[in-house]
Amino acid sequence: MAIDVATVRKVAKLARIAEPEARLESLVQELNGILTWIELLEEVDTDGVEPMTSVVHQGLPMREDVVTEGGDPAKVLANAPKTVKDFFVVPKVVE
Amino acid sequence: MSDLTKLSLKTALEGLESKSFSALELTQAHIEAVESAKALNAYVLETPEKALDMARASDARRARGEAGALDGAPLGIKDLFCTEGVRSTACSKILGDFVPNYESAVTANLWRDGAVMLGKLNMDEFAMGSSNESSAFGPVINPWRGQGDETPRTPGGSSGGSAAAVAAELCLGATATDTGGSIRQPAAFTGTVGIKPTYGRCSRWGVVAFASSLDQAGPIARNVEDAAILLKSMAGHDARDSTSLDVEVPDFASFVGKSVKGLRIGIPREYRADGMPPEIDRLWEQGVAWLKAAGCEIVEVSLPHTRYALPAYYIVAPAEASSNLARYDGMRYGLRVDGANLTETYEQTRAQGFGEEVKRRILIGSYVLSAGYYDAYYLKAQKVRRRISDDFDRAFEKVDALLTPTAPSAAFALGENADDPVAMYLNDIFTVTVNLAGLPGMSVPAGVDASGLPLGLQLIGRPLDEGTLFSLGGVIEEAAQFKARPQRWW
Repeated sequence: MAIDVATVRKVAKLARIAEPEARLESLVQELNGILTWIELLEEVDTDGVEPMTSVVHQGLPMREDVVTEGGDPAKVLANAPKTVKDFFVVPKVVE
Repeated sequence: MSDLTKLSLKTALEGLESKSFSALELTQAHIEAVESAKALNAYVLETPEKALDMARASDARRARGEAGALDGAPLGIKDLFCTEGVRSTACSKILGDFVPNYESAVTANLWRDGAVMLGKLNMDEFAMGSSNESSAFGPVINPWRGQGDETPRTPGGSSGGSAAAVAAELCLGATATDTGGSIRQPAAFTGTVGIKPTYGRCSRWGVVAFASSLDQAGPIARNVEDAAILLKSMAGHDARDSTSLDVEVPDFASFVGKSVKGLRIGIPREYRADGMPPEIDRLWEQGVAWLKAAGCEIVEVSLPHTRYALPAYYIVAPAEASSNLARYDGMRYGLRVDGANLTETYEQTRAQGFGEEVKRRILIGSYVLSAGYYDAYYLKAQKVRRRISDDFDRAFEKVDALLTPTAPSAAFALGENADDPVAMYLNDIFTVTVNLAGLPGMSVPAGVDASGLPLGLQLIGRPLDEGTLFSLGGVIEEAAQFKARPQRWW
């Protein structure tokens, strides 16, 4: 399943990473190198095997549905690139 | 340089208890060592003032008879751990000058027990790498050099700063994390001891996420007993991490020195990699002989899916990473590069904030999770992961622990694998299986190669059976008598 420039361009878009056109060709090489190696997995018979999502053999613990922290906007905003009063400032999304 | 930096953690704690020196003196000695070792690039942020304050507070606690298990011990902290009020960057430009206003669970446990923070340690960006070369702060230089050879070598990765700082006596011990080998491979490359505990032993809360189903914190230390002491403090249940295990934390140090007579040790035949240096094969044989002499029974076992572990990992880990790293969007913290519209702002922020290896992994992860490829890649990898885990379950029906080499080579030269991602990934060939199965794994220094560079042996245990690894690690340490130290050149 070799990938081409168009696929890399599409994946970069999905991942929201601006990859310059000049970089795409070398990325195709690098990613194909990795993906070709990964195709080794096709050799493994996985019929009827349950996919493994976690190594922890216990159900997810439930907790009390209560507020444990919060109410401190200054802390939440302390690292924000741009703020006004108690708000994050983000680029305009609706024209 | 003061001899106080040469002490093991255990001896230093005894010295503090007997009032042979104060926490302040011990900390001062380490601060001086750190200042004089900038050539190694091990620390990305030094916090001497904070360290001195913590040391004074520690001396006061000890005077009141309230000293904790690590009271006054100066430690280094991998920059993946969030530390309250102290810049935490995961060695990525995208986090910039991020200063958390919360403390990771693991570091909070260390401070609860009285430890002193010397600063934040260098690492591969977001813990993605095996050589420390992907750090936004530049690579750490291994304090070890080959005989008659000044080539700068990698301390391994991703916890290269942690390993180098411990080896160069720039702290008594360090925190580290391991997603595919990031504690054990650097430990092997620097003649130090590193243990990745069972998945769930240490809380991941406040540790910058890479691949959540694989990430696990652990210590890098000067010797096996020191690693046991540190892990005891770091581990413990934490409700804020839903995968944190609610189990008792044993006194790991009490396992060091215990007899290993009658234990059955598995030697997985699939770990004989092609092209592995003969010295590593010999060291492995030597390890077998040491354990046999200590009364262990040696059993050959098979882990048939071993060769599929790395390819499966390079689907699972990038997939989880692409999802975890979606949070770096330039809106709430870290770097923001303004574009013409919101999408461009995202794209430019992430293009300029992430390094090449991180971007590569996000792209791989986005690809294997994208419509049409999910089943062929991601689901397939999760099924192979089950096969790998089943291999271990079967092996542990016959044996109590496994012995393997830690890494397929000694520390390589910086730049050596830079152009070939797959060659770099192969560094984790012996360690990554353990993460996929969630097992504890430990690297113990066991010898040197022909040019005098350290080599490690890896012990793999059953889930939650770190105790047996500490007993076996102690035996290998005792038998190996690994006393070599890096010759100071920095």
